[in-house]
This record gives sequence, C-alpha cells and structure tokens, in this order.
Amino acid sequence: MFKEYSPLDDKLFQVMDNDGKIINPDWMPDISDERLQKAFKDMLFARQADLMAVSYQRQGRMFTYPPNFGQEAISGGLAQVMRDQDWLVPAFRELGAWLAKGATLKEVFLYFMGYEDGTVFKNAKNITPISVPIGSQLIHAAGIGYAVNYKKEDSVVYAIIGDGGTSIGDFHEALNFATVWNAPVVFVVQNNQFAISVPFKKQTRSINIAVKGIAYGMSSIKVDGNDLFAMTRALREAEAHAKSGKGPVLIEALTYRRGAHTTSDDPTKYRTKEEEEKWSITDPLDRLRKYMVAQKLWDASQEENLLAEYKKEIDRQFEEAENYPAYPLDDVFRHMYVDITDDLKEQKVEHEKFLKWKEGLK
Amino acid sequence: MEGGTEMKVMTIVQAITDAIDIKLAEDPTIVTFGEDVGVEGGVFRATEGLQKKYGEHRVFDSPLAESAIVGSAVGMAMNGLRPIVEMQFCGFVYPAMNQIISHAARIHNRSRGRYKTPMVIRFPYGGGINALEHHSESMEAMYGHIPGLKVVIPSTPYDAKGLLISAIESDDTIIFMEPKRIYRAIKQEVPEEKYSIPIGKAKILNEGTDITVIAYGAMIREAQKAVAMAKKDGISVELIDLRTIYPIDKQTIVESVKKTGRMVVVHEGPNTFGVGAELTAIINEEAFLNQEAPVVRVTGFDTIVPLPRGEHHYIISPEKIYYGIQKSIKF
Repeated sequence: MFKEYSPLDDKLFQVMDNDGKIINPDWMPDISDERLQKAFKDMLFARQADLMAVSYQRQGRMFTYPPNFGQEAISGGLAQVMRDQDWLVPAFRELGAWLAKGATLKEVFLYFMGYEDGTVFKNAKNITPISVPIGSQLIHAAGIGYAVNYKKEDSVVYAIIGDGGTSIGDFHEALNFATVWNAPVVFVVQNNQFAISVPFKKQTRSINIAVKGIAYGMSSIKVDGNDLFAMTRALREAEAHAKSGKGPVLIEALTYRRGAHTTSDDPTKYRTKEEEEKWSITDPLDRLRKYMVAQKLWDASQEENLLAEYKKEIDRQFEEAENYPAYPLDDVFRHMYVDITDDLKEQKVEHEKFLKWKEGLK
Repeated sequence: MEGGTEMKVMTIVQAITDAIDIKLAEDPTIVTFGEDVGVEGGVFRATEGLQKKYGEHRVFDSPLAESAIVGSAVGMAMNGLRPIVEMQFCGFVYPAMNQIISHAARIHNRSRGRYKTPMVIRFPYGGGINALEHHSESMEAMYGHIPGLKVVIPSTPYDAKGLLISAIESDDTIIFMEPKRIYRAIKQEVPEEKYSIPIGKAKILNEGTDITVIAYGAMIREAQKAVAMAKKDGISVELIDLRTIYPIDKQTIVESVKKTGRMVVVHEGPNTFGVGAELTAIINEEAFLNQEAPVVRVTGFDTIVPLPRGEHHYIISPEKIYYGIQKSIKF
C-alpha cells in the first residue's frame, strides 16, 4: 500500500467518494455490518457531544473547547484498530479517539471545565494526558515505542498531531527517533488545513505532509481523513507494519476543521464561507451515511430518535461534570511530587493560616 | 510628556499595538512576526491591522515553531533588522529556550560586541483568566536569571506603550512580558505621540511611610486594593511598581525601604528562587540595619498553576497581600 500510494507522487488514498460510493473496492476494509453500525453511531455521538460542548461553552458553563466538527472519521478509524494494550498519545482534538480508548465524556468535560481529574482517563488503558504544547508528545510516543520493543510487548503506539505541529522540531525528532529505533509507532497527522488562523500553504511548501516521513526512511501515506474506510484500512496496514518490526508509519489524514480552533477563535477572520462550503461536501458523517443507507445498513429516519437519546446522555454526563466536587486546596499540592517537599507542606499550612485570618476579616 | 499632546483612551493591548505601529512607521528595519500575528492580528489582537498597514513583508505569520521564530529573529538581528516576535503564551516559549539562552542572550558577548541582537520577544503571561494548561504561568524569574536578557513587565497602558518603545529601540534582547489578565481590564488616557519610559526604572505609585510593597504586572491592581485596606487601618503604604525585572532598580527600592523599614514583595510566580528572593537579598545587602521586620513574600506556591477550578487557591488576592502587610507590621 505504501508503495502504491506514494506521497512522493502526492497520491491520496481513498476508498469511498463524497457520494458514499466505493471507488476503490480492492482496498475496502473488512468491517462487519454490526461493527460499521457501531462505528457510525459512535461518530454520530461524538459529533453531537462536540456540538453540545461548543454550546455549553457559549452558555459560560465550560472555559474553552476545541471543536472536532468535521474530523470524526480519523478518530473513527482509530477506534477500529486500537486495542487495550495499544497506546494513545493524543494532542487535544481527538474526542472520538479518547472515547474509543475508554475515556468518558464526563472526564473530557471536566478537563475543559478546568479540572486536572478530567485528563486522567482512569478507566482507559495506556493513554497519555491531553497535551497542549504542540508536537512535544510525539517524542514520548517514540520512547513508549522503544519500551514496547524492549519489553517485547504486543502493542502499537498511536500518536496524534495537527498540521501546524509538523512545523515544530519535535515532530521531526520524533519521526527520526522512532524510525532509528524501529519503534512500533503510528503517527497520525490530522491535517485540518489550519493552525489557528494560519493555512496549510503557509505552514509548509512540501507537496503534502506524508512526504516528510520518506526523508526519515519511514513508510508514509496520505489518506482521505474524512473517509472512514480509507482511514480504517490505512491504520490496519500501518498496525501490521508496525507490529511486524518494520518500524513506524506516518499517516497524513486530510480533513477540514469545520469549527473554530477553540471557542476563543473566530474563523471568519481568516477564511471564507465559500471555502467552508466546498469542504462541507466531504463531511465524513454525510458520506458514511450515504453509503450505509444505500447498503440498507442504516435507516436515516431513526436518527432523530437516536440523537434525542444521545442529547439526554450528553446532558447527563455534562451535569455530572458540573456537579463535580469543589477543588480542594490539597489538590494543588499533593501531586507535585511523588515525595512531597517540606517546603510545599509549609506553604500549604501557611496558606491555611491566611484563610483562617481572612475568615476573621468579615 | 509635553503639554497639549493629543490623548487617546487605550487598553494595554491597544497601547502595545500603538507602540509597534509607531515604530513600524518610523523605522523600516523593524519587522514583527509569529504565530497568527499577520492575518489574524494575534490571538489577543496585539498586532491587529498592522499587516494591512505595513504589508506582509513586515508583519507576518510564521509557521508554528517557537524555536525557529526566536532563532530566525536572532539571524535577522545579526543582519541589520530589528525584529519583534510574539510567543502566543508564556507556556509556549519553552521550545525557544535554547535559542534564547544559547544564542540571543550571548551572541553580543561571544562575538565580543561584533554582533548585536536588538530584538523584542513579547508574550502574554500570568493567571486569572481561566485558561487551560500552559497558559497561566509567570516565569519572569527564570528570564531574569539568564545573563544577557533584560526583562520588562508593564502594568498600565501608559507604561506598556512607553516601555515597549524603549524595548524596541534597545540594542539588547528584551523579554517583554504582558499581563494578559489586565490586557483589557484597565483603560487609560495615553498620548497618541511617541514617548518612551526608560528600562530599569521602577515607579512609586503611592508614597507612604510605614511599609514598602513591591509588585508588578497584574499584581499592581491587587496591591492597590490592599493599600486601600491598609489605609483604612491607618497603615501608610509605599507602593512600587517594579516595571523592569532586570536590570532591577535597586536605588528606588533601597531608598524606599530605608524610609519605611519594612518590605512586602508580591508576585504570581513561584516563591522559591523568585523575584522576591532577589529583592530580599538586595535589601539585606543595602539596607540591613534599616529593617524593622523580615521581608514578607506574597507569591504563588511552588506548584504548577492549577487548572481553572483550582486557580483561586493559587491566585493572589488583595486580602493575601494585606495579610502580608499585617505580618510585617505586627512583627
């Protein structure tokens, strides 16, 4: 596959077109009907949660939120390959992948409400915290992959970054280390065309992002990131490649961030309605729905009821997050060190004295 | 400032834009760039409208890479330009630390003065805006500790404009830290024309006789509230806005403490090895016998700034500053 779809020729790996027709049947991944229905439902749920997250934020009930709108097939593909023993090393715009790995929506809400507890993902195995500095976590993926080889584990590391992150040195260092070490890492670049306001064409003069992996000696491919089948197949090939000891893979997933960078951002400052409309034709959910309806795997008339159910569930988890216990003073201190310093203990005691004094002021 | 000059009400962000605007108009060697600086005009709009006015070759978006932003600015500076670069948040400067410490701060020395690096690295810092990870820290002490850097922090629109103009005109590398919590919270009449405020000079905001309080950036506003609380209790506070972290204005501080005999230092950044520690050392060295009480440090904890739900524990309130004042007075 990696030879056939060489990034050097700027080839795009696609299985399904924008009308939901299979245009590349040779590469259609094997997914059972039930699994496909679940994948679609999960993407639908993630989108609904995402839209509601933006609206909660607008109501002032959450501090910020980075929308995933339009990028659901990338997480959807990851959901098809990630096993418990695999690692997910995310950035901050991978809602569907977090949920697929076992994070709860409530936790995600908690994080964007401002609780560290929200990025612990305590029921998810092998997931690293949400990572806000751009690109730096990719190097951890190389290290985790080294440890996988060292311990002879059967694990693959999935590391996620956006297009902007590929300009930062850490991205290149991570690809190089992972390749030199034959680490079983699959790097997934969500090329959503914008790093906040800066468009892809200003980010790099490379014909694509996947081509950058070639220089490091790794297998690389550019995939239609809005095509669940293409994402699933490419990730499965990458998984097999990584597990067979051939080293890491770089997947550029071509997509479009239909929403803002975060809720603090205003995309009308830097892009046009026409451009947004042009990309909306490639929407991952619309395409998959068309395919599934044509295959009689989906009855679009039940979608409304399903969405009503999802909305209730999302509201429920959001309200649970909103009713999360207050943040105790001790939480500021107790995880700073494994072995807390006396100095910190004193600072806490001193602050408690102040709080007592402050009570007396009133 | 001369009489008759036109005044305009500005926020700190607007004053910063105005300073860059004035210098871009005046000096063709000045360029400004960074992530989202061009088309968007910066995520906090500090460079709003400037690309339209001066063109894409002078005000532009760079690819996303802090190290390359600072490093290329060093190269530009060595070849005759005077770059102003923006780092999006205090917590995003770290990828550029190698360029800052290993090159920007030392090229003048290591080239024995052959090369200068007249550049400004500006970025928002500080907590209190309910921001997520890496958006709230105050690491001025770290920059102050790096030989070869000058570190400036304004607290008002007037100072922001005057200090930034001095920073841009300086032939040294200036770290210009902007208190984002009060980016838009304070409005002030600012002269429309060019003026500058010297780097390295503190400002006495409130004369007093009983105790000296030293603060800077967003902490000034909190300290002013504490000063009012103290006044009610009959304590006369001398409030000093440090304005420059390095070079530190020893003279103003020492003279004040010689007069009052007591000092409280306020900063958001961690306590240990912080600006407060440096000020304490200065007072010990220069005004040892004048002290009526040990220096009190009202600072952030030695912890990472908690995420927003826990930030109220960390943030310094006027009450906490007043508690510090009381502690010193009652010693």
